[in-house]
Amino acid sequence: MGDNKYVIDVDHVTIRFNKANAKVDNLKEYCIRLMKRELLFQEFLALKDVSLKVKAGEAWGLIGTNGSGKSTLLKAISGIMKPYKGTITVNGNISPLIELGAGFDPNLTARENIFMNGAVLGHSEKVMQEHFDEIVEFAEIEDFLDSPIKNYSSGMKARLGFSVATMVSSKILIVDEVLSVGDFLFRKKCMKRMEDMLSGGTTLLFVSHNLDQVRRLCDHVIWLDHGETVMMGETEKVCDEYQSMEDEDSPFNQKRRARKLARQQAKEAAK
Amino acid sequence: MNIWQERIHVFMQYTNLLKQLVKRDLKLKYRRSVLGYVWSILNPLLVMLIMTLVFSSIFERDAIQNFPVYLITGRTMFEFMTTSTNASMRAIIGNAALLKKCYVPKYIFVLAKVVSSMVDFIFSLGALVIVMVFTRANVTPYILCSPLVMMQLFLFCCGLGFFLASLNVFFRDVQYIYKAITTAWMYLTPIFYPINRLEKSLRIFVKTCNPMYYYVAQFRDMVYTGQFPGPRIFWGGWIIGIVMFVIGIWVFKKSQDKFILYI
Repeated sequence: MGDNKYVIDVDHVTIRFNKANAKVDNLKEYCIRLMKRELLFQEFLALKDVSLKVKAGEAWGLIGTNGSGKSTLLKAISGIMKPYKGTITVNGNISPLIELGAGFDPNLTARENIFMNGAVLGHSEKVMQEHFDEIVEFAEIEDFLDSPIKNYSSGMKARLGFSVATMVSSKILIVDEVLSVGDFLFRKKCMKRMEDMLSGGTTLLFVSHNLDQVRRLCDHVIWLDHGETVMMGETEKVCDEYQSMEDEDSPFNQKRRARKLARQQAKEAAK
Repeated sequence: MNIWQERIHVFMQYTNLLKQLVKRDLKLKYRRSVLGYVWSILNPLLVMLIMTLVFSSIFERDAIQNFPVYLITGRTMFEFMTTSTNASMRAIIGNAALLKKCYVPKYIFVLAKVVSSMVDFIFSLGALVIVMVFTRANVTPYILCSPLVMMQLFLFCCGLGFFLASLNVFFRDVQYIYKAITTAWMYLTPIFYPINRLEKSLRIFVKTCNPMYYYVAQFRDMVYTGQFPGPRIFWGGWIIGIVMFVIGIWVFKKSQDKFILYI
């Protein structure tokens, strides 16, 4: 079983948050809760026993309703969060696009921000200098290079962020619902760029609520709901099933209702 | 051995980030100010001037020879400690947006704050030079040893910065109480008064338990008095710096995986 076959190997991962502790960030609160004995765990599992094995060059779509754990899974893969149970193995460098322009400082100019964001992604200054012109050209911001980013519109920031993150080739690209702010021409350009990267052997993890984009880009899809895997496999099959959720009486919705009922009953029983 | 190679490799990969962060701090500090970096020198000069005017009328003038140099040597050292630790204390929560979205070794942000304060500190030594020239202070070769004290203080501030940064993530109270602590700390450090002004028990306390005493006294020996510091404060300074550094790194490393849940 060659372990290196997979670029990303998520093995039975559970991620736990402590709902009770999440709000306590000062001493007073801490002491009050300590006295009331409320510091005890109120656990919340953002991911429950999720496994995902991605081979090099594959494009995986992550779909699911809001709060289903898609972003948490991406955060776990990129190393921001540590799993509570299970293991995550990643072979290769990750270019995370979890939010475009996360590394931008509003007070710096676009030029300075390009170098800054490149550094956040772990690139050397030399590499950034080599790609500088390409980045500016792709983002189409030549005229505003020396104005501070705080004067940029969100669309322009997204352009710049996308262009920095994709210009220097990386083995794994993570894109989390970020293309929604760009105009349709730029979106097209981005889709084209991601397709090029895919044919160049980059592995893609793509979160989107736009199923057309998912169908176009991805060859596999994992569908998450309340932190659990509902379905994973080929794009068409999973997407069709996911879309059938619109239908109130689909098997998934029936199961979901049953689960909700069970949760309520458990709560009442606890009282 | 392997894990250390890995760590050094990661650090090398992110040295550019460290450089960019320091550059950012320095660039933004004086952006849109007319005098720019000149403020790094002008500011300590003005403060020194005011404090000299105030304190030379409180203490008899001849109690401290060349009061301006005495004052500015102590103040620049202490100022570096407060600015670097205050900035690094906020380094993690201040970059929360980025840390939530992108994997970056978190210690880089804390380190960058201490390094940029260090650069600012080195600029402010210009003020010291100006004051020394102006007051015709006598300069001895021992001044060349002063980088040794700066290294000790740098280690100490890194350690304290790492410690405060992690603590501040869990209890935001730290940043408010710290202001009071540094004020008390400043008065307990002989910056504008001579150490023998303190009564005996307090003097012994300051001489042994106040880390800043070790650094201020060493720096003054080299720059102001013109002698090599005694072995107690010299080796004591190294030991305190290294111990604080190790404690800070250890606390930070122990708690950094939990940061994400609190920022």
